[in-house]
Amino acid sequence: MPWSKHPPREARLGLALFCLAGISALSAFLLSAAPLDEKRISIFSTVANYTLPVVERNGVDYTGLLELLEPLGGVSARLDNQRWKMRYNNVDGEFLPGQNYARVAGQSIPLKAPFLLENNRGLVPLTSIPTILPRFLGGPVSFREASRRLFIGNVGVHFTAQANRNAGPRLVLDFTSPVNPMVATEPGKLRMVFSHEPLLGPGTHTLTFGLPAIPSATYSENNGVAEIAVTGSVPLFASFSNDGRTITITPAPQAPATPLLPAAAPTPAPAPAVANLPPPAVPQYFAVVDAAHGGAETGAFLSPQLAEKDVTLSFARALRQQLQSRGLPALVLRDGDATLSLDQRASLTNQTKPSVYLCIHAVSQGNGVQVYTALLPIGGDNHGPFVDWQTAQSSLRAVSQKIAVQMAGALQKNQITARIQQAPLRPLNNLTVPALAIEIAPPAGGVPELASSAYQQSVAIAVTNALVTARMQGDLP
Amino acid sequence: MIPRHLLIGTGFLLLLTVGIGFFAWRTRGRVRQEGAVPLAADERPVAPPASGPTEQATLLVADDTSGALRAQSARIPLPSGRQQRAQELLRALLDVYLGPNSPHPLGVGSEIRDVYLVDPGLVVIDVNAAFADSHRSGIQVEELTVVSLIQTLSANIPGILRAKILVDGKERETLAGHADLTNFYDVASVNQLASQMGAGQ
Repeated sequence: MPWSKHPPREARLGLALFCLAGISALSAFLLSAAPLDEKRISIFSTVANYTLPVVERNGVDYTGLLELLEPLGGVSARLDNQRWKMRYNNVDGEFLPGQNYARVAGQSIPLKAPFLLENNRGLVPLTSIPTILPRFLGGPVSFREASRRLFIGNVGVHFTAQANRNAGPRLVLDFTSPVNPMVATEPGKLRMVFSHEPLLGPGTHTLTFGLPAIPSATYSENNGVAEIAVTGSVPLFASFSNDGRTITITPAPQAPATPLLPAAAPTPAPAPAVANLPPPAVPQYFAVVDAAHGGAETGAFLSPQLAEKDVTLSFARALRQQLQSRGLPALVLRDGDATLSLDQRASLTNQTKPSVYLCIHAVSQGNGVQVYTALLPIGGDNHGPFVDWQTAQSSLRAVSQKIAVQMAGALQKNQITARIQQAPLRPLNNLTVPALAIEIAPPAGGVPELASSAYQQSVAIAVTNALVTARMQGDLP
Repeated sequence: MIPRHLLIGTGFLLLLTVGIGFFAWRTRGRVRQEGAVPLAADERPVAPPASGPTEQATLLVADDTSGALRAQSARIPLPSGRQQRAQELLRALLDVYLGPNSPHPLGVGSEIRDVYLVDPGLVVIDVNAAFADSHRSGIQVEELTVVSLIQTLSANIPGILRAKILVDGKERETLAGHADLTNFYDVASVNQLASQMGAGQ
């Protein structure tokens, strides 16, 4: 067959497709390969959260100073007689390429590696960021060098992990701000990668839960991101709620492993597995004791040195001790100086499903103890299993009020003045368990006595007696 | 030589100056003796006087000592419009709280910005930031303020079924850490609560 001047149409089309496929493959390779190799630093501030590339020179990690400060304020730079001069807001900095020192705001600061200038781009060693940035910003920064995570200001997001075995195993992670991690699953593990959130880890990086299906979780940080990896003996599933503040991890819904057998040939159920399951009616915790306020939310200042949040926490712990000494497991919802929103408190309690919820408040005026139940606001309608959030307590109000009466009686038996009332106090109205709040006023000794263990013990004993009585009378499970 | 009439005039003015100075010095001494509060210490905003006839009104005044509300009669200039009447009622109530020997003191600068009556039966009370920022913190003390505001309106203006409290025109989570301000109050429930407070004395 003679060659034609132009290749046939099919051949041209094939060549074009081949080239297109080659370009696509190359692009995919480059795009997928780049993030794996690239070192980066993540910066979290009240103004913006962002990530910058990190370059390695002579075994030292560097990043661009201009790019680092640009999202935080007005910044400019120029090269003046071999000196790299930059200005951030009203602060001037001067850097000499190859030198281990710089001048910022008129003061000389040492650098842990030489300043580099590449294509008019000023590079500073990461290890010197905690020295350089406070001079420009006028405030401290916290830099986690190993994971390359930089925190400017009080921006950290904390979380609590709560295991719950009622109504099936589940792990509830509550965050102090909305989060949106990248979730990935692999055999035996569910990973949540937080690249945009200033997540801070718990005191112990390995958390154990005692759930066969979800035995533990680990927190780690690396290359600018934080990761929570939850181990599971079964495939796990993560769901988001509470505007992204809560992530609930449960075993993934399973399809039936075997087809249904005809009725004529039933397969006996494996009895031991059923026998080992905890009966669903018995709650894991008898009481959830909620120490009101916490963290930045101090509550009232009972005296110049005594914040309400501290009194509520110490009383909550005393009450837990009393309840547990009577064989009633109790969970202190805020067992530390953490900020928990009212929605988080309600959500955690509803998921824990205790027999009773008790919120602790303290006040400097008056005397004795006020016992409160919910004053319900105007709410919406319930729709089937979905209960209106604002009036979730409505069906349990009678039980709550009965327990309040018993509690006031028990307090008065212990010579503590008590009064019962309703109050527009969240999260009482959002709870699907019997819920009360108590506000402890100082005894005759005055406000300092509020923090005394003797007074707290006497109130805790009376409250415990009331709850034990309520349980014995069948008002509480 | 200085003309005689100028000398007489100058002498008269000098005498007048000395006399006024003496009077001012005496007045100042008397004010000090009576222990008058310097004007700068009273930072309460001055509300424009309402025009129109005065009427008898019932204020439901919170009392910290008893933890209850007590009815207090007052003659208040009440404008004819419902919304203006509502504003005047709450401003009169705040005058009681901000005055000397207040049974339920509020912070200096507390003010009612506006009251909106929205049919059917909704009242929106907008207080200023100082009202909430300077409010004492505690379940009972905050609850007394909220119930007192709603009850005073409910007792004097018929048809109010729901109430909402805003701070500086915006929703706030709580008044001072305790009383919920995110929801709409059911006035019937608040009436019951007010009765319960009275019964619990």
